Amino acid sequence: MDGMGMNSLAVCTENVCRHFQMGEALVRAVDGISIDIRAGEFVALLGPSGSGKSSLLNLVAGLDRPTSGAVIVQGNNLATLSREKLAKYRLHTVGMVFQSFNLIPSMTLLENVELPMRFAEVDRRERMALARQALERVGLSGRLAHRPTELSGGEQQRASLARALINRPKLLLADEPTGNLDSRTGTEIMELIRSFNQSLGMTVLMVTHELALAEKYAGRMVHLADGRLAHDVGNDDLRNAPNASPVRTSEQGAKQ
Amino acid sequence: MKSYDVIDLATRNLRESLFRNSLTTIGISVGVASLVAMLSLGIGLQQLASRRLQKSGLFDTVVATSRRDIRNFREQREEGPPPAESPALDEPARRKIEQLPGVVEAYPDIRFVTELRFDDKPHLSMVAGVPFSAKNNNDAFDGMQGRFFSSEAVREAILQKSFAEELLGKTAKPGASDTDTNIAELAKPLLGKELVMRYAERVAPPPASPSSSPSSLPSTTGPGDGAAYSVISRQQTLTIVGVTDLDPDSMRGAARARVFLPLKLAQNLHVMQSELRDGSASGAPTYTSLSVRVGNPNQVPVVEAAIKKMGFSAFSIVDATRSMRQFFAVLDVFLGIFGSLALAVASIGIVNTLVMAILERRREIGIMKALGASDADVRGLFFAEAGAMGLVGGATGVALGWTIGRLINLGTNIYLVRQHFPPAQIWSVPLWLVLSAITFSIVVSLLSGLYPAARAARLDPVQALRYE
Repeated sequence: MDGMGMNSLAVCTENVCRHFQMGEALVRAVDGISIDIRAGEFVALLGPSGSGKSSLLNLVAGLDRPTSGAVIVQGNNLATLSREKLAKYRLHTVGMVFQSFNLIPSMTLLENVELPMRFAEVDRRERMALARQALERVGLSGRLAHRPTELSGGEQQRASLARALINRPKLLLADEPTGNLDSRTGTEIMELIRSFNQSLGMTVLMVTHELALAEKYAGRMVHLADGRLAHDVGNDDLRNAPNASPVRTSEQGAKQ
Repeated sequence: MKSYDVIDLATRNLRESLFRNSLTTIGISVGVASLVAMLSLGIGLQQLASRRLQKSGLFDTVVATSRRDIRNFREQREEGPPPAESPALDEPARRKIEQLPGVVEAYPDIRFVTELRFDDKPHLSMVAGVPFSAKNNNDAFDGMQGRFFSSEAVREAILQKSFAEELLGKTAKPGASDTDTNIAELAKPLLGKELVMRYAERVAPPPASPSSSPSSLPSTTGPGDGAAYSVISRQQTLTIVGVTDLDPDSMRGAARARVFLPLKLAQNLHVMQSELRDGSASGAPTYTSLSVRVGNPNQVPVVEAAIKKMGFSAFSIVDATRSMRQFFAVLDVFLGIFGSLALAVASIGIVNTLVMAILERRREIGIMKALGASDADVRGLFFAEAGAMGLVGGATGVALGWTIGRLINLGTNIYLVRQHFPPAQIWSVPLWLVLSAITFSIVVSLLSGLYPAARAARLDPVQALRYE
């Protein structure tokens, strides 16, 4: 990792809130969270269910919009992007991995991995080769023509990792990636994610409730409770660093 | 997404729930089929009727007569000069009428009752001159036995079937159907035979008729109202070249002729016509009436008005057929409405299928959106699915409708033949109907896809991914 990459901000939330109206009650799923995540960090979001970790992840993923506050990724405030721009953001900037894999059952693995490239309008011939390469990288070269239901959970999650990375995103968002896997395959997946984080310099934000996994793989653990930040362990305390803000602006200037 | 990928994904989705999508597509094709079958029958019937009517001159002919002719008493009240001052319907007038915009030709109407001898037996009939252009314009000459006149003024005759029967001594029994006698057998002994026509030639003074035949007899002078002329009895040998089943002269009603000569020949004979009132002081020949053929039936009223403006009486039958054309227009609209109803039901089927597909593919849509599919991508996908069902349904529907129309035509013809009518084409599927039915089907399908596609596009990915 170069020093510049380590210091640049990948994700920044500013007092972000996501409230839902559930009948009479107002549910404050995310209630004023501010975190900065630097490029190349591996951050685990921890907390009991209902603490707002998945809601926060959806906000960062651009799948949902905050009720108030800002989510800034690479200088763009997602809250103000048009639906179309937000779709482009999801397409090119983030890759997502889910607990339930979310592969499309009617498509083969190759087609599943190819799908995001269709949205990105990658040339047809190029797509096949890239999808094949991506699946080979996660060790599924013998499963290209299989449908997801014919595979084990670990294999499906590896395929979905291949799919998440196919458009070379800067940010990998994982929502309980090992939640449906036994501990051995869960470890395999985590090793893969770590290798992407380390070799490709990808920023990883992972929701999990398994503290052990988070401690083993994540460089930083953000604990949430009731939609608020509880503790932020392993943070190099960027917020308190005297030159934090200038670094951020210079990074933005460099990007633009 | 590129359009290739949209189509590829759409067809793969259609194949994924093949049974349901097939049922929907069949629904569309039945709708299109009923539309095509109904319209093809409507168009076919209209063509059948108008082919016969247009070729009989009902739609495109204006009959012009001189107002001096006392037979026009019914038109006396019209504006314009009084009968005595109106111009003569002579050759310059004919040429002038022929110059009118929209007029194809204007030819004198020549018809007279005379004696025709066949096998030395006399027969009396109305004889009419037929313009050479009738070869292609009159439906009656299309299906006749023998042939049309070989040239414009040849000494040939075409007989109407009833006269042919009379010549052969076959009197039609009352109550017997028209088609009981075979027209081909009737024509066989007559074609190529000779018919001797005896007629009265009107000779203008001074009598300078160089080609008076030896058999001509001096005759009385005509009824004098200023201009005198003599009438000479003559005869002319004609070769029978054709026998027609249909009546080429159906428009004329009671004055219908049963023997037809080339118009030029009839003109050259200068036959004394029974109704002629010769009012021209110069002695130049005038015509009883002119048939003015118009290129486009729509121009008939304009031409009619123009002829009236020239000081002649004009009459067309377009007004009389307007109600009939209106009937066909209404028939087409109704058949179209019934056909469209079926298509409307089918389009509800599309809406239903696609809305079902959204529910079923809710998660898939959510995944696609999470992976970066835009609203336009998702909308395009559902749109393409609707369009594909419309295209396939439209194409198979046209084929099905064509088959249904064809079967109805076949069945009707079997019935017609049993009832001793000639078979008829009551069904027609023109190319424009094929193309517009498919287009219509696609458009209806796309419209039906509008709501489901919009709904799918607006689907909230978080909601869609939430439930297992």
